[in-house]
Amino acid sequence: MSDGGHSPIRVTPLLEQHQALGARMVEFAGWVMPIQYSGILEEHRAVRERAGLFDLSHMGELFVEGPEAGAALASAVVTNPPALVVGRAHYSMICAADGGILDDLIIYRLAEEQFLVVANAGNSQLVSDTLAERIRGHRAILDDRSLATALCAVQGPRAAEIVGPLTSVDLTALRYYAIAEGVVAGIPALVARTGYTGEDGFEVFVETARAGELWHALLEAGRPYQMLPVGLGARDTLRLEAGMPLYGNDLDRQTNPFEAGLGRVVKLDKPGDFVGRAALERVAREGCARTLVGLTVTGRGIARHGYPIYVGERQTGVVTSGTQSPTLGVPIAMGYVATPDSAPGTIVEVGIRDQRVSATVVSLPFYRRPR
Amino acid sequence: MVPTDLRYTKDHEWVRVDGDIATVGITEYAAEQLGDIVFVELPDTGSRLVQFGTFGVVESVKAVSDLFAPLAGEVVETNAALAGRPELVNTEPYGGGWMLRIRISEPGQLDGLLAPDAYVALTAAG
Repeated sequence: MSDGGHSPIRVTPLLEQHQALGARMVEFAGWVMPIQYSGILEEHRAVRERAGLFDLSHMGELFVEGPEAGAALASAVVTNPPALVVGRAHYSMICAADGGILDDLIIYRLAEEQFLVVANAGNSQLVSDTLAERIRGHRAILDDRSLATALCAVQGPRAAEIVGPLTSVDLTALRYYAIAEGVVAGIPALVARTGYTGEDGFEVFVETARAGELWHALLEAGRPYQMLPVGLGARDTLRLEAGMPLYGNDLDRQTNPFEAGLGRVVKLDKPGDFVGRAALERVAREGCARTLVGLTVTGRGIARHGYPIYVGERQTGVVTSGTQSPTLGVPIAMGYVATPDSAPGTIVEVGIRDQRVSATVVSLPFYRRPR
Repeated sequence: MVPTDLRYTKDHEWVRVDGDIATVGITEYAAEQLGDIVFVELPDTGSRLVQFGTFGVVESVKAVSDLFAPLAGEVVETNAALAGRPELVNTEPYGGGWMLRIRISEPGQLDGLLAPDAYVALTAAG
């Protein structure tokens, strides 16, 4: 199979496991992935109430290593990776010179001279090529281990109880946005307390050859807690409730971090130049014509990607992500509106087929896990 | 298997005929393909439908799908329960998940609907 002669369609090392569980498979970002197993709503609820198991092996894992690895990354992304303590991580973005976002990332510091950059599956090759280009002239190398690395995530309030007994890593000492090296189910692994669901959880990186063993061990460990395997369908409803943007929907090459509400991620006060600095300084100074907001639909209908947003007769923007929220029981959405219309409480209408359906601008996130 | 007292369309609607009233819904096969249904949009009573014209939408978590009228006629009733419980379409596609009732205006169109085994064959062919 191929997608028109570019790269071949890829399968994760867990394809057989997904098929054995009755997953409905779909092509996503050049990968054959499970969109659902038992059903999106049931899987979503499992993560909110107990735990869910995700195959995220399609994501990109790029290791940047060397005496100037930190400085090299600092010149390439909007954050300041040298400021990370070993064992900590942060959310970041890699931008073009005009400030447009190429991808959003998580950057983990594994050692003084070693960083792991996790990129979205659909942008992994671009990020790999761009980073390789940008770190030239620094004493650092890029090692793209995406195809050699498998990633499984356990997300949900019971995640620590499920993963804890399987690992040498002390999860009680592993803070949110931290990473540690250890063993999970007898397999050498990196364990990160990060995720894309708004729940507590762990992302476990292992070599591809051991993915099946890891998946099986996690699935079995989760059984007494009624953990379910969870596909990309529920991954999307979970992250939307948590107010997390999705590259390709809410963020794209024409979006800059400030209009997406991610200005705080851009560390303009870090030393040294970085790609996009001049453009982003200008945006920070001048402000943005449009702003990414959350919407709760108060009328009847589901706001979806591409639907127009109106204030009175004037179209003010467009929906970029939307769905019926399983947890909240109402339709929720993210979209861009003209900045003057972006204050929480602003009443708008979403064009849904031939109707105008009322919605209200709200602060993100829609859902916060109970502490 | 599908209920043998119903007739079907290639768009996966079912029809139950009682005199000049047809009750319409979507089949279990269709509901299964769609996944969890979260929203159903139906026409107002009194609307006139054209055979095979769209009469509303059914939305799953991921997608919006058109609904096609199996027969021409006037909408005399819609299933109010679906507003609060769209999942009835998944759990009771032939019962509580019914969508609307039409007063049939062209009875000759009934002959063009699929018999149960013809519909089953259609779904088996994928």
